[in-house]
Amino acid sequence: MAQSAVLPEKGSKARRHFSRIQQIIEEYGATESALIPILQKVQDEYRYLPEEILTFVATALDLPPATVYGVATFYAQFSLEPKGKHIIKCCDGTACHVRKNQTIINAINQRLGLAPDKKTTDDHRFTFEIVSCIGACALAPAVVIDGHVYGQTTAQAMVEAIDKIEEADKAEDAQ
Amino acid sequence: MTPFAKLNSPTELDALKRKAISAIQGCATRVLVCGGTGCMANGGPAVLDALQKALEKHEVPVRADIMREEDEDAITIGYSGCPGYCQVGPIVRILPADYFYVQVKPEDADDIVTQTVMNGKPVDRLLFKDENNSYAKRDDLPFYKDQVNVVLADCGVIEPGDIRDYIARDGYRALAEALFGLTPEAVVAEVTESGLRGRGGAGFSTGRKWGFTQVVQSAKKYVVCNADEGDPGAFMDESIMEGNPHALLEGMAIAGYAIGADEGYIYVRAEYPLAISRLRTAISQAEQAGLLGDRILGGPFSFHIHIKEGAGAFVCGEETALISSIEGQRGMPRPKPPFPANSGLWGKPTVVNNVETFANVSKIILNGAEWFRSFGIERSPGTKVFALTGDVVNTGLIEVPMGTTLGDVVFKIGGGIRTGRPFKAVQIGGPSGACLTEEHLDLPLDYDSLKSVGAMVGSGGLVVMDDSTCMVEIARFFMSFTQKESCGKCVLCREGTKRMLDILTRIVSGKGKVEDISLLEELALTVRDGSLCGLGKSAPNPVISTLKHFRDEYLAHIVDGVCPAGECESFKAYSIVSEKCKGCGLCAKKCPVNAISGELKSPYVIDATLCTRCGVCAEVCKFDAVVLS
Ligand SMILES: Cc1cc2nc3c(=O)[nH]c(=O)nc-3n(C[C@H](O)[C@H](O)[C@H](O)COP(=O)(O)O)c2cc1C
Ligand code: FES
Repeated sequence: MAQSAVLPEKGSKARRHFSRIQQIIEEYGATESALIPILQKVQDEYRYLPEEILTFVATALDLPPATVYGVATFYAQFSLEPKGKHIIKCCDGTACHVRKNQTIINAINQRLGLAPDKKTTDDHRFTFEIVSCIGACALAPAVVIDGHVYGQTTAQAMVEAIDKIEEADKAEDAQ
Repeated sequence: MTPFAKLNSPTELDALKRKAISAIQGCATRVLVCGGTGCMANGGPAVLDALQKALEKHEVPVRADIMREEDEDAITIGYSGCPGYCQVGPIVRILPADYFYVQVKPEDADDIVTQTVMNGKPVDRLLFKDENNSYAKRDDLPFYKDQVNVVLADCGVIEPGDIRDYIARDGYRALAEALFGLTPEAVVAEVTESGLRGRGGAGFSTGRKWGFTQVVQSAKKYVVCNADEGDPGAFMDESIMEGNPHALLEGMAIAGYAIGADEGYIYVRAEYPLAISRLRTAISQAEQAGLLGDRILGGPFSFHIHIKEGAGAFVCGEETALISSIEGQRGMPRPKPPFPANSGLWGKPTVVNNVETFANVSKIILNGAEWFRSFGIERSPGTKVFALTGDVVNTGLIEVPMGTTLGDVVFKIGGGIRTGRPFKAVQIGGPSGACLTEEHLDLPLDYDSLKSVGAMVGSGGLVVMDDSTCMVEIARFFMSFTQKESCGKCVLCREGTKRMLDILTRIVSGKGKVEDISLLEELALTVRDGSLCGLGKSAPNPVISTLKHFRDEYLAHIVDGVCPAGECESFKAYSIVSEKCKGCGLCAKKCPVNAISGELKSPYVIDATLCTRCGVCAEVCKFDAVVLS
C-alpha cells in the first residue's frame, strides 16, 4: 500500500496514532464502501476527525483527499473540530419543538456560555448540539447527555444535570 | 446467551417451535419490562434491576434461559419491545395473566413480586386508571381498544433478545414456507395480490416493485432496508427494530428469495443505537440457528444481512441517496430512471423497502393475501403504524387499519388535547408533509384520501398541535430543517429553500411585507416542480398547506403585527407588573437602550417603542416583576 509515504517518524506519538488508524482500516477493509464506517470509528476514538488523519485515510483507501473531505463534511455526524468530553444533544424534532423545547435550548446555552455558532466550551468539557429526533418523541422534549436519554425534561433539570457532571469531573480532576 | 443449534430443515424449525411453545407456556409467570427507547429513558433499567433483586430476595427461582424447563416454578424476566404507550412508561407486563402496569418505579418491585408473581394478584395502584375505571389488561385500555395490531402484534410480548421467543410465535415459518413450498414468482404474486403498499412514504405497490426486480437478469442483486427514518417526530421503524427485529430480517430474506438476491443491507440512522444493537444480536442468532446465512434451513437458498449505520443526513432516506451512502459516498440522490430495480446498489438490481413494509411480509405469506385485505380499505389494505405525539393526552405508537379517521386517532385513541386548549392542527408526514385541520377530522387516513387533500402518509408521524402553536412558525421550522438538509446538488432546492426560509423568518420576526405571501407561493411552486429529488419536491408542502389553511395567521403577522397563537417572540413585549415591582431601579440601570424609566421605590415602566427585547431586565429582576406577553 502507498500510505507508507505519509507515515510520521518511527516511535513518535503521531506514528502511534497512525498505527491505530491502520488497525481500524484493516478491520473494515481498505475499500470505498468502508469509508463511512472507518470515519465513524476514528471519530469514536478521537471525538473528531483530525485533518491529517483524513489525508492518511485517503491514501490508504486510494481515494483523492477531496473525496474523503467531501464525505466528512457532508454528514452531520462528523466533526472536523475537537468536541468536548461530554456531548449534550438536544432534540429539535417536530414533537419536541411543539412541546416548546426552546427554553431548554436557551437554558443550556446560557449555562455553558455557548451560542448557535459556538458549540464547544473553551475548556473542552462540553459540546452542545441540536439534533433532529432521537426517537423518544413520545417523551418530548428529549435531551441526550453522553448517551443517556432524558425524556419529558425541563430547563432546570438539564442545568442540574450539567452541574452534577461538572462537579463529578472536577472531583476527578482533583484526585 | 446459549448458542443456538443450527436448524437443517423446516421440520427441525417446527420441532423447535413446539418445544419453545411448551417451554414458554409452561412457565408460571413472565415478567416483561419495556425495553424501548422511551421506557429505557424513563427509568426502565432501574425497574428491571429492582425486580431482579426483589425476586432474589423472595427466593423466586428465575430461569437463566427462557427455555429451561427443569424448574417448573421458575419464571422469566427480561426486556420486551415497546408496547406503544410510551406516555405511561415505564411499562411492566406480566404474562400469562396479562397485567399491564404503568409508571412503575423501582420501589414497586417488591409488591409486584410478592403480590403478582408469588400470588397471582394484580397490584391495584399500578394499573392504568381514568376517571371511572381501572384497567387490568392491556386490551381493555382506552388507548388500545380501537387499535388493530398486525405489525406490532408481537412487539411488547416477546423478548427481542431471544430468537426462540419469536419462533414460538410462528417466527420464520413464513420464510420456511416460501423457501420450501413456493416459487419466487408465487411469493411476488402473493405480495402483489395482498395490495401491500410501501410504508416509507410514496405508497408504491411492494409486489410490483419486487416483480420489476425479479425479471431483471443479473447474477447479483440486493435487498436494501430503509431504516433511516428521518422524519423528526416519527419512531415506528425504531420500535419495530427494537421490539421485533426478526420480523424485519424474515421479511428481507423472503424478499431476497423472491427477487433472487443473496445479500441485504439495513441502513439504520446512527441516532438509534439501541435498535442497532438489537439488530446485531438478532442477525447473529438467526445465523447460528441457520435461518440466515448460507443454505438456510439446509436448502439451496443463502442470504446474508449487513448493517450500515447512517451518519446524520436526512436526504439519505431518499432511496438513491441511501444507495450512494452505502457505497461510501456523499449521500446525493441520483436522477431516476434508472430505477434501483434496474441499477441500484453498485449498479445491480436492488429492491429498497421500508422497515414496516418488510415487517408485514411474513404475515402476508403465512395468512394469505385475502386475510391481509380484510384490514383497511380496498386501495390501501392492511394497517398503518403512526407515531402520535405533540399536544395530545396519549402519546406513543399506535396501529390502526388504513382508513381510520383522523378524528378517531386524535380523540378516541389519543384522548384529545393534553392542555385542555382547542385542537388546531395535525402535522402529518413530517417536513415533506402537510397540516390537517378541524375540517379534516372525518378524513380517512390512507394514501389516496390524504393525497386528495394535498397531504401524504409519509412515514406516519402525527404531531398534534393546540392553538398555542403558531402555524407560520411551524412552516419556518420545517423549512429550516429542509434547508439545512438540502444536499445542494440542484439549484432550486438549494437556493429556493434558503429564500423561502428568509421570508418565513422575516414574517415571524415581525418584518414581513404583504408581497411576501405571493412571493412565497411562487417560490413554493417553482421549487416543488423543479427539484431533482423528493426532498426538494416536497419541501414546500408545509408552506403550501399552512398558506392554504392558515392564511389569516400569515396576514395577522404581517398586517396586524400580532402572532395570534402568542408564540412568536418578536411579537411579545416586555412589561413590568406594578404590584410586583419594588422600584429598585436595577432594570433601568441595566437596560442597554434606556427604555426603562421610573423613580426609586415606585414601579418602573418600559417604553415599548424603545425596547429591543433583549431580555436583560427580566434576567436581572429579583422579584420576577418583568414579564413577556
Ligand atoms: C427526502 C426523502 C426522505 C425519505 N426518507 C425516508 C425514510 O426515512 N424512510 C423510508 O422508508 N423512506 C424514506 N423515503 C422514501 C424512499 O425514497 C423510498 O421511497 C422508500 O424507502 C421505499 O420503500 P417502501 O416502498 O417500502 O415505502 C424518503 C424519500 C425522500 C424523498
Ligand atoms: S422529535 Fe424529539 S425525539 Fe423525536
